[in-house]
Amino acid sequence: MTAVTTDAGRPSLAVWKFASCDGCQLSLLDCEDELLALAGAVQIASFTEMSRATVAGPYDVSLVEGSITTAEDAGRIRAVRDASRVLVTIGACATAGGIQGLRDFASVGDYTATVYARPEYIATLETSTPISSHVRVDYELHGCPVDRGQLLEVVLAQLAGRRPAIAGHSVCQECKGRGTVCLLVSKGTACLGPVTRAGCGALCPSVDRGCFGCFGPADTANTASLARRLSDDGLARVDVSRLFRTFNANAPAFRRESLAQDAGS
Amino acid sequence: MTHGRHDTERTVFVPGLARVEGEGGLRVRVQDGAVSEVTLNIFEPPRFFEALLEGRRLDEAPDITARICGICPVAYQMSACRAMEDACGVTVGEPVAALRRLLYCGEWIQSHALHVYLLHAPDFLGCEDAVQLAAIDRAAVERGLDLKRTGNMVMKTVGGRAVHPVNVRVGGFYRAPDTDAVRALAEPLRRARQAALDTVVWVAGFEFPDVVGDYRFVALTHPDHYPIEDGAVALWSGEEMSPAAFADVAVEEHVARSTALHARLHGRDPYLTGPLARYALNATRLPEIARQAATAAGLGPTCDNPFRSIVVRAVELVFACDEALRLVLGYERFDPAAEVVTPRAGVGTGATEAPRGLLVHRYRVDADGTIASARIMPPTSQNQLTIEEDLRRVVEGGLTLTDEDLTWRCEQAVRNHDPCISCAAHFLHVTVDRS
Repeated sequence: MTAVTTDAGRPSLAVWKFASCDGCQLSLLDCEDELLALAGAVQIASFTEMSRATVAGPYDVSLVEGSITTAEDAGRIRAVRDASRVLVTIGACATAGGIQGLRDFASVGDYTATVYARPEYIATLETSTPISSHVRVDYELHGCPVDRGQLLEVVLAQLAGRRPAIAGHSVCQECKGRGTVCLLVSKGTACLGPVTRAGCGALCPSVDRGCFGCFGPADTANTASLARRLSDDGLARVDVSRLFRTFNANAPAFRRESLAQDAGS
Repeated sequence: MTHGRHDTERTVFVPGLARVEGEGGLRVRVQDGAVSEVTLNIFEPPRFFEALLEGRRLDEAPDITARICGICPVAYQMSACRAMEDACGVTVGEPVAALRRLLYCGEWIQSHALHVYLLHAPDFLGCEDAVQLAAIDRAAVERGLDLKRTGNMVMKTVGGRAVHPVNVRVGGFYRAPDTDAVRALAEPLRRARQAALDTVVWVAGFEFPDVVGDYRFVALTHPDHYPIEDGAVALWSGEEMSPAAFADVAVEEHVARSTALHARLHGRDPYLTGPLARYALNATRLPEIARQAATAAGLGPTCDNPFRSIVVRAVELVFACDEALRLVLGYERFDPAAEVVTPRAGVGTGATEAPRGLLVHRYRVDADGTIASARIMPPTSQNQLTIEEDLRRVVEGGLTLTDEDLTWRCEQAVRNHDPCISCAAHFLHVTVDRS
């Protein structure tokens, strides 16, 4: 790792990874039209996936991908917080614990023995928790993966010191906006659109697929009402529970609903 | 990075390997001028995918396993689909197979363009990253970003989005894209194919350390085409076997230094998957335009210098652009977009070629479609032992280098194989000890 000279004239941006798939930080590299301009406007001070060069903190903006699943990472995120003026979490792992959060619904001991022949080599926590369970977070951007347009908006807003223009309404509005016929109403397709945060552009309904909730719960998600509707349409409780229990299984609204379905209440 | 030199010990330490996907480290110890220890450490926190798949439904496997890797989600989706279709006795028809191959070409183009231009080329030109590279050759980086954009465009058109596509299901797709939307990819793909040809010329001019590997190559092979999403498993020895038979003989072991499992064939032989292996076992099935580019770049029937893998990757970019163009021009929208898949009790295996190598999924499913057990062999855990052998060769041939140069070359030796540590399970610390 080579330290480069700090460029005091530009704000600094750092990108950090915890337990995750790399897809959300890849979304930054996927900004093919803006990447070189962004790299000119900010100093990319630490971004391991992109560069060998690192600059010591403090950092103006840190983007954090991934969830906390080890004791070491629980310590590392505190160091990242201490070194960051603004900390933004990106993606379902960082904001809700991610798909690996499914361990919260089982015993981790069982999981370790399933995957690894020598479980004693593995040091892992019983839980996969969002970054906000460990440190103060200034802004959360949802999605599995995040939308790259929204990611750019959040970065630019933080650098400009303004609030990001990111809506908290549901996917339903995006379907209406693009003129997609409602799958739930017209075909009885199980769809989490009414309770899922907008941001993807209502991709799944546009390919005749029900929303499967990768952006997590919308600000005002009436999950119980949707679950009743899905049951009335013939979906078994176990399948309703499964629908809420994927990439955002531990987001409070989705977690409550899947547990309620399990309990049969 | 820290360096230490003592009379009996010399150490180089780098906390975190850059320009790879995921987090890991490596450690090399040199005693009396000889390499005594080489380890590639993978510390990325385990995410227990095999375990969390148990009890889920077979149709959930493509979306759940896509989340193993944001760089090659289509590879996971495709291997999962093929395994589940194998378990249920379903063979997809030609339109589904062709559209899958097109989607997969999109992933090869974006992943190879990312690796060649943003992750690997900076090493050869003494740059820390692609931003520095852009300062000395902006046109090259822009060409790479153009290629990457085209790959993402293919993925978005067919799969709905570039990271974790939404349109893939066991049996096929939710909805086949409109003919016009797919045909509109032809022009960008023609430009991309030219950019890929220029890429081959560009990387062939790099200087390569003189390192020759002694590889046991393993790749899919298919009589009709260069392998991506189907085929038998071919070994360096000339032997061929079904993916199911391969999954039986590829034995994974768990060692203390890694949260990835290490694979050996028959519990004995380390092997290598990825572009070098695909090329060595399938070069004659490349289309003419890619074969000519390979020959002009000085590649023979096999390439044993791991540093020249960037040239092979560039040739595969030409192939993927050309193949995608062929598929786009032959595309007509079809409906229904998926075969009906009726669950049944059984075991299924699916093997496809992720950009960085062979990806094998095996599932046991119950009669009601519940996943009873899952086994996933990502390319990087299969390659891990061979990457360590490469490191040994690179250090043995580089003892006269300064610590800083040797460290960089070791990092590069790992990047040669485009490891996806998020896939394999995952934190790269580089340590070179010289005693």
